[in-house]
Amino acid sequence: MSATVDSIRADLLGKKISAEEIARDALKFAEAENPKTNAYLTFAPERALAHARAVDQKIAAGQDPGPLAGVPIAVKDVILTRGLRTTCASRMLENYIPPYDATAVMRIEHAGGVIIGKTNCDEFAMGSSNENSAFGPVRNPVAPDRVPGGSSGGSAAVIAQGTAVLSLGSDTGGSIRQPASFCGVTGVTPTYGRVSRYGLTAFASSLDHIGPFSRTVRDSARLLQVMAGRDEMDSTSAFAPVPDYVAALDGNIRGMKLGVPKEFFDGLASDTGDIIHAAIQRLQKLGAEIREIRLPHTPYAVGAYYIICTAEASSNLARYDGVRYTRRSETAGSLQEMYRQTRDEGFGAECKRRIMLGTYVLSAGYYDAYYLKAQKVRALVARDYAQAFEQVDAIVGPVSPFPAFKLGEKVDDPTAMYLSDIYTVTGDLAGIPCMSVPSGKTAEGLPVGLQILANHFNETAMFRVADAFERAST
Amino acid sequence: MRITEEEVRRVAELANLALTEEEIVRMTQDMDGILGHMDKLNELDTSSVEPMSQVLSIVSNSSGAEETATLRADIERKPLGNADALANAPVAGQGYFKVPRVIEK
Repeated sequence: MSATVDSIRADLLGKKISAEEIARDALKFAEAENPKTNAYLTFAPERALAHARAVDQKIAAGQDPGPLAGVPIAVKDVILTRGLRTTCASRMLENYIPPYDATAVMRIEHAGGVIIGKTNCDEFAMGSSNENSAFGPVRNPVAPDRVPGGSSGGSAAVIAQGTAVLSLGSDTGGSIRQPASFCGVTGVTPTYGRVSRYGLTAFASSLDHIGPFSRTVRDSARLLQVMAGRDEMDSTSAFAPVPDYVAALDGNIRGMKLGVPKEFFDGLASDTGDIIHAAIQRLQKLGAEIREIRLPHTPYAVGAYYIICTAEASSNLARYDGVRYTRRSETAGSLQEMYRQTRDEGFGAECKRRIMLGTYVLSAGYYDAYYLKAQKVRALVARDYAQAFEQVDAIVGPVSPFPAFKLGEKVDDPTAMYLSDIYTVTGDLAGIPCMSVPSGKTAEGLPVGLQILANHFNETAMFRVADAFERAST
Repeated sequence: MRITEEEVRRVAELANLALTEEEIVRMTQDMDGILGHMDKLNELDTSSVEPMSQVLSIVSNSSGAEETATLRADIERKPLGNADALANAPVAGQGYFKVPRVIEK
């Protein structure tokens, strides 16, 4: 599928094809291709066709079918869809049917978008390789013996594979940008609070974001446009007005000041480094002014991130106790046994590891040494960015220290896996918008993404740089 | 070692996780490695730094909202309803979630 939001709209309004035909074709193709990647966990034919027919009826009646009319969209399986199984890629929720829609899902369908299925991911969005899914790993469509990245691996893979035009992921420490980089697609983490988290299964509430994946920058801008804005169901969603993102995509970055953080080039694989340096030169040729900047607290960000995210996860995952959420151990006698055995049977190894770490860092006597310390370091990371944005309009650098690795290659060393999040966690800690846009391939043909970061609520600057870069690359 | 198997057992109890002996051994190694990296934060003097607990407090000016704006208008709304709320319960009855007997007769 090489279609875009704009091409589908033109085809629909030009009566070349109906939304129902697009949905049927998309479902058929996605189901046929899925054994190659395991990217979809659930397909939603009835729901998709109902929404597609509604779009067709609006067009027939001469009404505006909405900005995402007829576009086939896949949704990460940590985002709730009413009446459609939502597993969080966990045994704990394998039969969970949500009683309500996430706000992002509601806004997409209201805008004419057609949700065709739910995508695989790391269990409860915890992981950097998509190998922590209870329903098996996702394979990278570009290189099937390699991981697609994580945690939103399925949502990146469906775009790379062409089995959806848009998809939704979630990002807590890099879970949108890293798989986008590994699969060679565009992935966007908006400002914290820009998109409502209502209906996003909570992992680490102060860090969780919903964001788009697409093949073009323009399509991600269109999807964010629909989802962004205050939602009274999420008290942390922002009141800030939503600008017209697509209007900013004029391809002109002449005179923009772009910062390159020195700390983002420590520990970078040489082939990735070469591609990123070439990308920066391309931006310079487009008229951007490149400045070296410092983000001195970057080396401390992974430690602070894993304290905060595990602490919040241990609290958020306490609700899965065998009482309300479908699964209860069948062997348990007492209430206490029911809690313990349900959680032991329902959670995978990575979830248990994070619940344990989070419980430990919050336990009596350790709070000040870990959680409070991490919140202070988080403030320093945010201050680094605030100071940088006094000098530059946006920041560019790598997404990941290396391209997609082989399945199984890193599963036995959780510390090394955590450390590979070094270039993505700082953006989440500061809560600023950041994205990955394809910037080239290694000699082995593995995609490498360029990361673009901007100040709070300045998605416009981020998209402008990404779009100009994309135009110059194609 | 920063953490012992004994401590890991205690934390598992706090977290309501029934870990096997094998899991305890593995968990102790993994947690030790990660806590070792977290200890790096002690290199930083943070005595004069205010902790950051959420993002929007540092950008409240750009969000342009009063603090009280996080409260929605006090208008009655249809709730989820008893049947929907219980639909995912492993065991329910008479409009309630059911759990194993807690108080013996």
